[in-house]
Amino acid sequence: MTKIMFLGDKSHSATNSVIISLFHMNEVRDKVSAFCYHCGESCDDSLIVSGSKNFCCEGCKAVFEILEGHDLCEFYNIDGEAGLKIKELPLEQRFDYLDDQDVVRKIVEFTDKNISSVTFAVPEIHCSSCIWLLERMNKVNPGILSSRVDFLQKRVTIVYDNVNTSLKNVVKSLASVGYEPDINLDAATESKPAKKSYKAIYAKIGIAGFCLGNIMLLSFPEYLNIGDSLDTNLRNVFNYLNILLGIPVITYCSSDYFSSAWKALRNRFINIDLPISLGLLALFARSVYDILVHGNAGFMDSLSGLVFFLLIGKLFQSKTYDSINFERDYRSYFPISVTVTKNKSESNIPLSKLEIGDRIVIRNNEIIPVDAILFKGEGCIDYSFVTGESVPEQKVLGEIVYAGGRHMGSAIELEVLRTVSQSYLTQLWNDKAFDKRSASISKITDRVGKYFTYAILLIAFGSAAYWLPTDADKALTVFTTVLIIACPCALALTTPFALGNSLRILGRNKLYLRNASVIESMAKVDAVVFDKTGTITSPRNLNIEFVGSELTTEERSIVKSLARNSTHPLSRMISESLEGTGYTPVYEFAELPGEGISGIAGGKFARMGNIRFIIGEDGGSLKKFSSDLKKNGVSTNVFLCIEGEIKGFYSLRSRYREGIENVIEDFGRKYEVSLVSGDNSHERSALSKLFADENMHFGQLPSDKLAYVRKKQKLGKTVMMIGDGLNDAGALKQSDIGIAVNDDVTSFSPACDAVMDAGAFSILPSFMGFARSTMNIIKVSFAISFLYNAVGLYLASQGYFSPMIAAILMPFNSISIVLFVVGMTNLCARRRGLS
Amino acid sequence: MSVILVLIGASLIVATGFLVAFVWSVRNGQYEDRYTPSVRMLFEEGNDKSKKDLFTKNPGQ
Repeated sequence: MTKIMFLGDKSHSATNSVIISLFHMNEVRDKVSAFCYHCGESCDDSLIVSGSKNFCCEGCKAVFEILEGHDLCEFYNIDGEAGLKIKELPLEQRFDYLDDQDVVRKIVEFTDKNISSVTFAVPEIHCSSCIWLLERMNKVNPGILSSRVDFLQKRVTIVYDNVNTSLKNVVKSLASVGYEPDINLDAATESKPAKKSYKAIYAKIGIAGFCLGNIMLLSFPEYLNIGDSLDTNLRNVFNYLNILLGIPVITYCSSDYFSSAWKALRNRFINIDLPISLGLLALFARSVYDILVHGNAGFMDSLSGLVFFLLIGKLFQSKTYDSINFERDYRSYFPISVTVTKNKSESNIPLSKLEIGDRIVIRNNEIIPVDAILFKGEGCIDYSFVTGESVPEQKVLGEIVYAGGRHMGSAIELEVLRTVSQSYLTQLWNDKAFDKRSASISKITDRVGKYFTYAILLIAFGSAAYWLPTDADKALTVFTTVLIIACPCALALTTPFALGNSLRILGRNKLYLRNASVIESMAKVDAVVFDKTGTITSPRNLNIEFVGSELTTEERSIVKSLARNSTHPLSRMISESLEGTGYTPVYEFAELPGEGISGIAGGKFARMGNIRFIIGEDGGSLKKFSSDLKKNGVSTNVFLCIEGEIKGFYSLRSRYREGIENVIEDFGRKYEVSLVSGDNSHERSALSKLFADENMHFGQLPSDKLAYVRKKQKLGKTVMMIGDGLNDAGALKQSDIGIAVNDDVTSFSPACDAVMDAGAFSILPSFMGFARSTMNIIKVSFAISFLYNAVGLYLASQGYFSPMIAAILMPFNSISIVLFVVGMTNLCARRRGLS
Repeated sequence: MSVILVLIGASLIVATGFLVAFVWSVRNGQYEDRYTPSVRMLFEEGNDKSKKDLFTKNPGQ
């Protein structure tokens, strides 16, 4: 997205322009290589000097002044890159909705007579200075009693005095020092119970480890084979202590497996936890029986060892499986409240209370939340989040403005045409594709586990039935032995470690998956659908090219100076593209919004703008560019006219991403590749060398994209959708795996299964290959764990099964399997060039 | 040999003490955020020390 800043030095020339300078400048100089004291960015565009310090914008200076005023300048000494650029100062009314008691109740976690506590997500947290400052917020706002930062989660928990301050003031204080919390009402209500705590599993692992260690210590005589020579009393004491230590393992530490198996049984299906539970119960029951009745050593060490390893696997699994929350829809992107103007008075109301016919005010950089008609002002709408198109659209009075765009420029007034949920873009979320809750449990383990369980139960009951008529005691022994031997711990550990490690490897290479089961889907893909704008083209790095007669240095300087006076993104891009060109003063600058700019620079009258703006003057000479225009195909053109003569035009167009040919060629060999784009078919010829003609679809509405994916799925395909904007959200959701390409991972992306950094686009084929390798590794390790079980059953049938053998064999199985899958996934990653 | 029983009893008591300490630290939330405290402890203590105690009381729970 293009950053828009307010330039300080345009006030002398912006007489009849619509630009409003929000800030008063202290002192402004041109072209000084100074760096902002707060954010460290260069102050080339505008420089504000206050005391002995330089600032790049009013926002940075304001933050510095607050910090200085509260004796918090230590902030700058802790971390050299502490300050972040303040894009704009939040408006006073912006947080008015936080006065609403309903809203407060939703956000605040805990409140009593005079103390409330609240946790905010603060995306700006990035260094130790942030921790230092945020934990001293009580100096800025004395109503804040204490604040505590969780650095990795980028959260701050604040306890405040709700008599002397309010939630709104707390948020305002945070925003005033540049840490505006990311408040999202839906996320706030949903994430509270979902805020996962690992307390229980840590405690369970600790207790299982404790019991394992002590049981092994007490079993030493058995390991050294001196158990029989021991005093019987002593031996009994050791064994009884083992039972005592085994009780918390079976009752508390392994309770998750029992409840999961029981839940599955009640819903009439079988999961991997059932044979595990049976194995654990058999181990415990058999041990107690052996110790109490026969006075032999039990299997308590094997039992606690297994539980210990299983729980570590479970911790690893839950850490990787719910690593990132991608369930974001338009609500996490749209504002919570909107300013409504009625009878010349403005008020902030929640978005959901907006009605058709309401008049709303949208200020610079705000998102338009509903479909509306432009009523007052000039719209310059950036739809890059929706379509991936980086060049903003101009809207004039009476035109329909669709929801999802970000407005740039002075405030506009709109009349609401449709409510939020019925808007063109947002009604996509009414589709039933958004109802399905994606299961995050690994499917492959449960599928294999089902057959495995049937086989085990068959063998166990079969052999018990065989012995029962002749020897009841033997029947019981055989029955429990089979259950113990066949306890599929290695099987249960394989998938979490293989998928979890792959997830980490992919994350290191900038493909962030929603959870590990996405890897399973990735390996099954046989059709790939691409979006065009923003996905295979890059919204950054526009190709800016001047077509026409070569410009002289003087003319370039005129263009640069003129363009610099406008806040329009196109002007900014052109101005920035002319590097190493000097400035010249501009007089009589005028901007006709949506059309172009004009002014006198270097003594010459210059105009820049669209074709309508220019054509009035010199229609004849425009003809000489018509062939250039045609040749250029689709691009945004800005014409330049100096002293009445059309010099040519700047052509701005997005480039295809690097390595796109290789990716699509590679995919073309393996998958059915197609393209769906919301744009018209201008680029069909340019793209025809990448995609087959019948697989390119242009002019697709967001709902068409969804329907296209659904149609492919009906034909039995496993579809991977690669898109970026909100208009791809439906297709991303409907597809078996939706990948959002993002130029800046921290910025918004629609709900999807994976977010990919745009820089990783060219290694997409390696990702797919790696996912397939991972699934093969899992299958091989399943085979190995079956082999272990077969060997174990053979040993048992030969009468070799003893506590000693079990204590060696079972941990060995689990550990060797884990080492195998982790080692193999790392090896595969390296062979595919992934770090 | 009965001295072994005494020793085992003593060792189990000590070990249980550590186990209780571990469970207490888990429940106290010490494993929730394992990074920030390492940064926090390096800051110079200002005159705002008294405010910290609120968190050990765990107002949210």
